[in-house]
Amino acid sequence: MTRLDSKIPSGPLESKWDRHRFSEKLVSPTNKRKLTIIVVGTGLAGASAASTLGQLGYHVECFCFHDSARRAHSIAAQGGINAAKNYQDDGDSVGRLFYDTIKGGDFRSREANVYRLAQVSTQIIDQCVALGIPFAREYGGQLANRSFGGVQVSRTFYCRGQTGQQLLLGAYSALCWQIERGQVTMHPRTELLDLILVDGQARGIVARDLVTGRISAHTAHAVVLATGGYSNVYYLSTNASGCNVTATYRAWKHGAAFANPCFTQIHPTAIPPGGAHQAKLTLMSESLRNDGRLWVPRVPSDQRSPGDIPAADRDYFLERRYPRFGNLAPRDIASRAVKVACDEGHGVGPGGQGVYLDFSDVIEQQGLEVVRERYGNLFDMYHRITGEDAYQVPMRIYPAPHYTMGGLWVDYNLMSTIPGLFVIGEANFADHGANRLGASSLMQGLADGYFILPYTIGHYLATARLLPLLDDHAEAREATRLVATRINRLLAVKGRRTAAMFHRELGALLWNHCGMSRHEGGLTSALRSIPKLREEFWRDVMVPGAGDAFNQELEYAGRVADYLEFAELLCHDALHRQESCGAHFREEYQTEDGEPRRDDAHFAYVAAWEYRDRAEPVLHKEPLAFEFVPPTMRSYQ
Amino acid sequence: MTAHVMKFTLKIWRQSGPNERGRFVTYEAQDVSPGMSFLEMLDGVNQRLLGTGEEPVAFEQDCREGICGSCSLVINGIPHGPDQGITTCQLYMRRFSDGAHITIEPWRAKAFPILKDLVVDRSALDRIMQAGGYVSVNTGGAVDGNVLLIGKDQAETAMDAASCIGCGACVAACKNASAMLFVAAKVSHLSTLPQGRPERARRVTAMLEAMDREGFGSCGNQYECEAVCPKNISTRFIAVLNREYLRAGIVESGRPSEPESPHAESS
Ligand SMILES: Cc1cc2nc3c(=O)[nH]c(=O)nc-3n(C[C@H](O)[C@H](O)[C@H](O)COP(=O)(O)OP(=O)(O)OC[C@H]3O[C@@H](n4cnc5c(N)ncnc54)[C@H](O)[C@@H]3O)c2cc1C
Ligand code: SF4
Ligand code: FES
Repeated sequence: MTRLDSKIPSGPLESKWDRHRFSEKLVSPTNKRKLTIIVVGTGLAGASAASTLGQLGYHVECFCFHDSARRAHSIAAQGGINAAKNYQDDGDSVGRLFYDTIKGGDFRSREANVYRLAQVSTQIIDQCVALGIPFAREYGGQLANRSFGGVQVSRTFYCRGQTGQQLLLGAYSALCWQIERGQVTMHPRTELLDLILVDGQARGIVARDLVTGRISAHTAHAVVLATGGYSNVYYLSTNASGCNVTATYRAWKHGAAFANPCFTQIHPTAIPPGGAHQAKLTLMSESLRNDGRLWVPRVPSDQRSPGDIPAADRDYFLERRYPRFGNLAPRDIASRAVKVACDEGHGVGPGGQGVYLDFSDVIEQQGLEVVRERYGNLFDMYHRITGEDAYQVPMRIYPAPHYTMGGLWVDYNLMSTIPGLFVIGEANFADHGANRLGASSLMQGLADGYFILPYTIGHYLATARLLPLLDDHAEAREATRLVATRINRLLAVKGRRTAAMFHRELGALLWNHCGMSRHEGGLTSALRSIPKLREEFWRDVMVPGAGDAFNQELEYAGRVADYLEFAELLCHDALHRQESCGAHFREEYQTEDGEPRRDDAHFAYVAAWEYRDRAEPVLHKEPLAFEFVPPTMRSYQ
Repeated sequence: MTAHVMKFTLKIWRQSGPNERGRFVTYEAQDVSPGMSFLEMLDGVNQRLLGTGEEPVAFEQDCREGICGSCSLVINGIPHGPDQGITTCQLYMRRFSDGAHITIEPWRAKAFPILKDLVVDRSALDRIMQAGGYVSVNTGGAVDGNVLLIGKDQAETAMDAASCIGCGACVAACKNASAMLFVAAKVSHLSTLPQGRPERARRVTAMLEAMDREGFGSCGNQYECEAVCPKNISTRFIAVLNREYLRAGIVESGRPSEPESPHAESS
């Protein structure tokens, strides 16, 4: 039976983390050498954690499905990373970053966690500079900042449009050092397919070597999942193709509570889908909204080319609806406004799925060169994909699934409801509530990995009663056998439809019924359709080749099989949450002018779901108390 | 977008395993639209192969936006295809004329053994990085990020070098299969910044030794690498690398070090 104990330290917000660190037990250096920790994932969260744990003296076994740790999806983050440095002296502070994040998350996150995140944010920048990350600088040599959606200060640090790449390469280089020192053993091209529990504690994983197909058990004293988010459950998203839910979903089936799965962020500015062949959606950085203005033709289905539509016939809908934030309104609000404009027939481009993001004003005011310097690479990217020149005609953009605030439930120590199973980065649910602000996921991943987990895992290892390690433990053997059986089942179906066909169908179903806006009828119909689709999958999927060989189609089919189960949990959560908050918009719960209606009296809690075999998941509630920031209606008008 | 559809004849390298013999197999790509990416075109081919129960063509990809460095195809003899400054995944079919014949091969280099079809093992690049491609600082205790000022130009130069995505196209394009551009990018990135300076001599020596150990060739100054590099990493950095190496030799032999490079500590 799942028990949620958030283990939030008592006392004033400002000193919780310091006091907690002091009261935590430490592992002595000699004992650290005898302890093995498995870290799955080498994105910002995993690479920073694995390298720091190695440096502390633990032995780390680190896994990723990529061919190199450096290719984790974090590499694709464009815009930047937040930190409360207040280098601009524009009124920023730890308190303000904390407040913005709590409010941005629509009061569905934990105050204590978010405050800690804001506190360590400043250390992250220092650490990254020390690692040699080439952040943008001012002429005087100081670190440069830009502003990012949803806030009014300039606190985002960046490396051109490649911030995630540089931060990841920094963490990867720290990891390389620990590999060289023998503290970390790296297992690239190795995919976690199940978790091993001994005496109720997470003690290892079952993984498949993606080159040879060999399935083996790896045991440790604790397991850390840093396996990223599940936006690809929608088939089309801005995530890399390999991103998946397998690790966290498998952990769920072993008893780790899954929190707020329905909080999925739909990013407003992606390039609209071009046709059935579309494999992924390309994000256009949020920073474009600093200078670009969103508009649609006032008259529905206006066929004129954008340049021929005079100002009077344009609706700058974000500026109109949210005059205070205008084009910089937070993501959930901007996405929904785009959807409303398109649903009302004002959309532009193929299928009316798109709105203009127009740079003509800034080009006129500040010159083409300024715009080219700021966004040149994004304009080039847009040109390559669409064949259109955004210096001449406005870009067309449309929302796309992008980030998942939901994830495995963790306490203040980042431990899940399975003792010894820690979850960091996008894979946990912790800090972003019902909506994440821009440039705050990189911050969270590195906060978890460099500065939080290395302390809290020590306390667990110092205090838990752990049996010695055994690779051929009965539990390990059994878990390995089950994984092999499942793979053979997939290969044995030999049906007629490809895994991609099922994935696409599932994605469309979710996008329509559990996407940017949701309602009871749609969700119940999705909950009826998903099990059918899953049954068809297991009856009719076509997976060629063998299990004991390099087999990309097999990898993919396994991930789709997990999506087909997980999607149900996602819809369950969306159906149960009878309010609109952040990215979760229930059509039944809105004000007259279409703004979301949050219901703090009934839903100010984290929904943590427990797995039940062949039965509906069980809901557990972690109440959210707001001691320091009284919840207000989140208004950006 | 356009109703216009195109067709292509593809000659694709198929090889079932590292120790098997490979060969070219011809496939037709139908119903290709100009707005499709090269990889989406291959997805289409694979979906059709799956329909007939045949194993799809294995190739690497992940981000599909030119940053992860996974995609790695030699297209008509050129790593990452005909356009400069982009990766395979950023190539769109409107770049090809309808009916064209396209040859698709994996990276070919001794240090990159083929695993299957178009997938090669590039872990040698990771091992070069492990030899010295880092600054050895512990987590925690770093000084404030603004304590050391770094001039904008210097930061930009470091960023130019740091943009390398580790794809290995430079190796695939080089007659000697040298990884010189890759190593140069990392060495230059770190030696341009004050944080990377204390270890610069050890770093450059260790990384070059690892490059030799992994079976990469030496640089013949032909600069095919630069021409195919999707991030336009300049061969200027190979000159920086050579200078760093020379300097490391002088430092190690105990003689006074040469004057700092013009960029060094200039702010
Ligand atoms: C296009 C784009 C742009 C973005 N821009 C920004 C931005 O500007 N600022 C910001 O703050 N955030 C941004 N984000 C969000 C941010 O990049 C991610 O949320 C973050 O990088 C996630 O990091 P992570 O370490 O949790 O996971 P990831 O980087 O996704 O890493 C997951 C790791 O887990 C491994 N893995 C997964 N499953 C398994 C398995 N079963 N077995 C073995 N290994 C496994 C993978 O190999 C990988 O190493 C962006 C996201 C996208 C898609
Ligand atoms: S130098 Fe260029 S071609 Fe070589 S690995 Fe780096 S990005 Fe690829
Ligand atoms: S798939 Fe990532 S660079 Fe091409």
